Amino acid sequence: MLEQTVPIVSNERDTDRYFRLVVRAPQIALLVQPGQFAHLRILSLKDALLRRPFSIFQVAGETFSILYKAVGKGTDALSRMRPGEELSVIGPLGHGFTVPKPGGETPLLVAGGYGMAAMYLLAQRSPQKGLVFVGGRRRADILCEQEFRALGWEIRVTTEDGSHGEKGLVTQPLLAELRRGTVGRKLFACGPTPMLKAVGQFADEFNVPAELSMDEHMCCGVGVCLTCVIPVKVGESWEYQRTCTEGPVFDSRRIVWETAN
Amino acid sequence: MNLSVQIGKLRMQNPVTVASGTFGYGVEYAQLLDLNQLGAVTVKGIRLNPVRGNPTPRTVEVASGLINAIGLQGPGVDGFIEKYWPFLKTLKVPTIVNIWGTTVEEYAEVARRFDALGGVGALELNVSCPNIKEGGAQFGTDVKLLAQVVAACRRVTSLPLITKMSPNVPNIGPYAQAAEDAGSDALSITNSFPAMAIDIETRRPKLANVTGGLTGPCIKPIAIKLVWEAAKAVKIPIIGMGGIQNSTDAVEFLLAGATAVAVGTANFYEPQTALQVVAGIREFMQRRGLRDVREIVGSVRGA
Repeated sequence: MLEQTVPIVSNERDTDRYFRLVVRAPQIALLVQPGQFAHLRILSLKDALLRRPFSIFQVAGETFSILYKAVGKGTDALSRMRPGEELSVIGPLGHGFTVPKPGGETPLLVAGGYGMAAMYLLAQRSPQKGLVFVGGRRRADILCEQEFRALGWEIRVTTEDGSHGEKGLVTQPLLAELRRGTVGRKLFACGPTPMLKAVGQFADEFNVPAELSMDEHMCCGVGVCLTCVIPVKVGESWEYQRTCTEGPVFDSRRIVWETAN
Repeated sequence: MNLSVQIGKLRMQNPVTVASGTFGYGVEYAQLLDLNQLGAVTVKGIRLNPVRGNPTPRTVEVASGLINAIGLQGPGVDGFIEKYWPFLKTLKVPTIVNIWGTTVEEYAEVARRFDALGGVGALELNVSCPNIKEGGAQFGTDVKLLAQVVAACRRVTSLPLITKMSPNVPNIGPYAQAAEDAGSDALSITNSFPAMAIDIETRRPKLANVTGGLTGPCIKPIAIKLVWEAAKAVKIPIIGMGGIQNSTDAVEFLLAGATAVAVGTANFYEPQTALQVVAGIREFMQRRGLRDVREIVGSVRGA
């Protein structure tokens, strides 16, 4: 974990309201593990105080990138920033995905919308290629499809409006695949909470291990404020654990969904 | 140039600590800054037993501020001693342990446990958390209960006692005096302000706890006034806090009558803030030709 003020290398529109931001941060880039995040402070935002957390998308040499959607005050301001301008970054943060071992399980990745961004490094660093299930509302929500294909992964796309790939939810082709009953697989997922919950249920039903990257509102990002907690099983009981520190990636069997918001 | 200050028996090498609940147990920030450059490390509130805390959402960002309702999640006295004390006791700077309870007896028992531990710099009595149903603010807004909590802790420990005052009182003077009379060595002013935010689309409160405590730069002018009022009412030192983002804010608290300051919400977005405040106070003193930080304390003019 480091705190650095870093320059923007590029900040370009991907599709629709999605942007790709690349920053030069050699020391942070070196440390990144799949599924970790960076906590960004947009210095021009005066009355919005807090940093914003983003999954780290790609790492290339001295740079890392994020793939984000302009949805609010922070991300709108971020989308207007230009190369050469600076951001304050704390990173890499959090407990990420377990990279499969050579000859180990075949990864099945499940992503909703910009959840894809959190999965790229896992796909890149996994010794086994697997399957990616990606879903979104419409075509513009399906991100970095070509980049996953370029890694040699098979990708199955669903959109709710049918504008790209199969029409429906990402869980439909996933369920069909799991019903084939192939052994030696593991699920990895990042996306909206209802999607993660469905993946967790499939993991139980088909007895497949699953690691889920939980999306919880964050504040400090380093484990002190206790904002981003989720209920996690500990022995016979449960406790609130921090998405920023013990997570964002949790073993699905440990998550207590009944009390989760 | 002297930056050191005394809070009762507690000596701080500079007048800057961190506000309880905004700095975890110190160890979380150890990779990002040199904790030994602080005046003291103040840890999150501890009661006797572990506390699960409130459901989520627990915080919401508002204009120039943050509303929180964490619910004092924590490991309890034993968990703190096992998990966090081994690291904290290696620091060269003192640890201020913030404590709370749901009864006067519990406050005293927690105080006794930390007295017996040895090596603690001071105890901060949290009588002002707005986010728990029992304990917390009820002790800080009832002048008799406040005096009872302070007196009960005073009887069981010789550690410096710092009473963290509630801002939610009509006039802070009598409360400050009650804490002083009951044996408090210092006051922390202030805690968060009761607050609420509503989502206009869902028509629901933005916090699961419905209400929470407002902190951050938006509360600073209110906190300055409370420090100024309390400083006129008591002789014991005050640790001023509420929205400090830089050394200008900190010096303002010192002028109002605070002997030391604590950086709170700013830690969440800029972990270097407390150290920047130390450097900025030093620079201010150089610029103004001051040799001792205590020359600033309470030196507001025309007020």
